[in-house]
Amino acid sequence: MTDSKKPDLKRRNLMVGAAIGTGALLSMNSVQANERRPGPGSSAVGTRADTESVERLPFGGVVSFTPLHELHGTITPSDLHFERHHGGIPRLDPTQHELVIHGMVAQPLKFTLGDLKRFPSVTRTCFIECSGNYVTRFGNQSTPQITCGLTSQSEWTGVPLATLLHQAGVKDKATWLLAEGGDAPLLSRSIPMAKALDDALVVYAQNGEAIRPEQGYPFRLLLPGWEGNTSVKWLRRIAVSDAPFMTREETSKYTDKLADGNYRQFSFTMDARSIITYPTYPATIEPGMHEIRGLAWSGRGRIIAVEVSTNGGQSWQKATLQGPVLDKAHTRFNLPWRWNGKATEIQSRAIDETGYVQPTLKQLQAVRATTSTNYHFNPIVGWHIKADGSIEMTETG
Amino acid sequence: MRLFTCLLVLAMPILAEDTSRYDLGHEATSEDIANIDIDVMPDGRGLPPGEGTVTNGEAVYQQQCAACHGVSGEGGPNDALVSTPANAGKKTIGSHWPYATTVFDYIRRSMPYDRPGSLSDNDVYALTSYLLYRNQLIARDVTLDADSLHRIEMPARALFVPDDRKGGMPIK
Repeated sequence: MTDSKKPDLKRRNLMVGAAIGTGALLSMNSVQANERRPGPGSSAVGTRADTESVERLPFGGVVSFTPLHELHGTITPSDLHFERHHGGIPRLDPTQHELVIHGMVAQPLKFTLGDLKRFPSVTRTCFIECSGNYVTRFGNQSTPQITCGLTSQSEWTGVPLATLLHQAGVKDKATWLLAEGGDAPLLSRSIPMAKALDDALVVYAQNGEAIRPEQGYPFRLLLPGWEGNTSVKWLRRIAVSDAPFMTREETSKYTDKLADGNYRQFSFTMDARSIITYPTYPATIEPGMHEIRGLAWSGRGRIIAVEVSTNGGQSWQKATLQGPVLDKAHTRFNLPWRWNGKATEIQSRAIDETGYVQPTLKQLQAVRATTSTNYHFNPIVGWHIKADGSIEMTETG
Repeated sequence: MRLFTCLLVLAMPILAEDTSRYDLGHEATSEDIANIDIDVMPDGRGLPPGEGTVTNGEAVYQQQCAACHGVSGEGGPNDALVSTPANAGKKTIGSHWPYATTVFDYIRRSMPYDRPGSLSDNDVYALTSYLLYRNQLIARDVTLDADSLHRIEMPARALFVPDDRKGGMPIK
């Protein structure tokens, strides 16, 4: 645009404003009680309504929880996606940051964000869940956010890792790879080649725009259905090899104690879980009609049913699943319920396409040799509705 | 035979075109890789040149680590690193780390928390030696290097088993 054209644009805007002004005057003369004024004009970036407040719950600087009970549908707004990082959020220059693929490949390669965007792209919706979900709770004053808010769902866009590995030419004997982030502690995880070639993606977009810095900008690994720690953010290096690297995050951390005293390693897949998001603490409800709402998901495929109990687990009925029900994705369930004003407990349990039924806390504690909780704890959660309509979280046992 | 050759020549350009290769990205040179390739494997692959003694490691530990992990490897605000009768059951290096190489790899890539990457490889070998000594896994006069570190047998090695969950029931 040249400078000489700017006054023309300004004049045109004034004329439009004058026309609107005339209309407002006319309507004021006829029906003054219904007088309305135009609101603010268009803007470059929208904001939430100033009467709405919805926030993550940050905890200790290394984690923040998604407010599951304040959201609807199945997509998590990008700025409310949970966070877990092990050395803060790096500020990476997208023109300088590169992904290097090396090791047991025919041709080591490096890719910039620009290179990755030129490959044929794939978009899919799936959850990412931290395997530490449920470990942090505030007793009976726990919201779905603190109880289960280390899961979030986005529509991710990127390039299949298989495509990138194919460019480099993986050697026949390669069975594992190391995925390493470009954050301060260079977080790294060993990934079996089978997963890398199955549905792994290197993603650069989240819900239609560039990935947020706290989610791995400029790009991250995405391993659908697997514990979030393996979807390495700020991805900088993939080393192809013939054995796992046994990093700290897959040995002394993220492993599960079993009843026989051993520790289960590489517990990648997230088992099915559900959580009621309404009515839950801290809501207070009135007797009458309520829609019990919640989310269910499984790292092993699709949710086939969610059962809800409104009598403390004595009997169960099937909730409605809101489609489309996607593979390895948050699925919304609903069940209309008329509360009679008497104290009771509501619970939900998810069933996935493998036939897995979400367990109770006691069942999990028995097979994991603990009276507490740890990684990969996905128990049924109950909500005690008191006679006065106030609600408390219960560990239903 | 002549006809066959003609057909072969005609077909060659089509066969040679691999449409799943996009000619995108750039060659990663050995220098590119050397700058960032810091991983270490349980069999010792990737361990750099250098060495470290328990004595040197103790000095580096007191300066770089003690504030978070306690003056003797336990009792600090962060993870206990050394098994003692007082912290029995805690996941320390001695009780819960299945590979000695992981100690070196993790210190080198991630520690100290506020300045990862600031330690020399010799410092990392020395710290590894000190922490293994404090866990009574090596003697005080041992010097660790690329040849000896991966040969240390860790007590926790036998504890770790692969995931046998495959979906369905029962709960595991």
